[in-house]
Amino acid sequence: MSVASLNGGRAFLDLVKRDLVLAFRTPGQTLNPVAFYLMVASLFPLGIAPEKALLSQLAGGIVWIGALLAVLLSLDSLFRSDQEDGSLDQLLLSPHPLPLLVLAKISAHWLTTGVALIVMAPLLALMLHLPTQAFPALLLSLLLGTPLMSLAGGIGAALTVRVQRGGILLTLLSLPLYIPVLIFGTGAVQTAVEGLSYSGHLLWMAALLMLGLCLAPLAIAASLRIVADG
Amino acid sequence: MLEVAKLRCERDDRVLFSNLSIQLSPGELLQIEGCNGAGKTTLLRVLAGLSGDYRGQVIWRGQKLSRVYADFRLSTFYFGHKPAVKTELTPVENILWRSSLRNESYSEQSVFSALEHVNLAGYEDIPCGQLSAGQHRRVALADLSLSTTPLWILDEPFTAIDVDGVAWLEQRLAQHISEGGAVVMTSHQSLSKLSDRVRKLRLEAFSAVDEETGHEESEAWL
Repeated sequence: MSVASLNGGRAFLDLVKRDLVLAFRTPGQTLNPVAFYLMVASLFPLGIAPEKALLSQLAGGIVWIGALLAVLLSLDSLFRSDQEDGSLDQLLLSPHPLPLLVLAKISAHWLTTGVALIVMAPLLALMLHLPTQAFPALLLSLLLGTPLMSLAGGIGAALTVRVQRGGILLTLLSLPLYIPVLIFGTGAVQTAVEGLSYSGHLLWMAALLMLGLCLAPLAIAASLRIVADG
Repeated sequence: MLEVAKLRCERDDRVLFSNLSIQLSPGELLQIEGCNGAGKTTLLRVLAGLSGDYRGQVIWRGQKLSRVYADFRLSTFYFGHKPAVKTELTPVENILWRSSLRNESYSEQSVFSALEHVNLAGYEDIPCGQLSAGQHRRVALADLSLSTTPLWILDEPFTAIDVDGVAWLEQRLAQHISEGGAVVMTSHQSLSKLSDRVRKLRLEAFSAVDEETGHEESEAWL
């Protein structure tokens, strides 16, 4: 069999499909981050003050921080179950390029976590009295930001896959990478609240997403190889 | 096919094997024996290209393994000591994703008949979480039996398999070898049906003995 007959596209789609089926069959695990998202966002009015004027100022930041923490929570299982049952070795030994397979796993992660967070966001924004003119900015910034968080967090998830109870370490590794995403995301929402043009923030996020799409799969693949070698 | 020259591996300041040379040709089965902790799994992971932490050379079809990974991986089936079976998926789904990763594709019909051969008929649509550990390994073995890859690297394939399963697997290995395939495996099982085709390699603490040549292939240790 020659290398030219490799069908990477099929392997990519099959792996995305497999991970979606897995997520669908373990609804508890898939919905946990979403429930967590809802809880975190509803703690702020209780903890600060349920005043409309104050909350509408904070709403963008609260929704964004909630989304960030929910993604972090979901990342721990990204490669861990594959490592535990030996599937990770099959991934590493596949003739297909590992970054491609990694991208498939990240895509499935975003489709199950990121999309759910985007769908929930308007509900939370309403609850927190976010001015309606800022809704498009919130949704667009989340649409660009959540895949970026899946990609960047995947690096930490890959590095900690063999660490027992590596949750804290994963958080410490991933949070610094999330800071630019958070700054541009909340920045976009804030400028929209003030009625200004927020396209600059979104373009920056789109640029970061392109950078992440190109580099993160390579970094994750390299991390997985290093971690498996031991 | 697969060649190992002067391989030396250390883990945690302990030398597992050194100056180890193996030649594996099509139609051969190399059985690696050794006590627990002798480095059998480590050796297999090196041979499969999962571990790069070694000295010496691994050569695949005349070229250094690190240069021909893609060709090597297209030609290899690795059966690890964890079966790589997803508990949420059915046996059929498991075999299909595994084969897709290896760039092989089987018809649904052939998957069903392979599952029948490993005594999993009737379990095709039951999530593997409801099956036993031995049945998980049987799912992986059904995948193995379908594979057309020439080199099989098997880590303790007989673990948790009952007597019938052992006989079936031995027969499948014999068929694979007679078709020009090669097998490297760790096992303590004596392969009665294959005795004329088996070469044995015994890994002992700090040394490796190839029983065919009878040479003690070890260096002196301080």
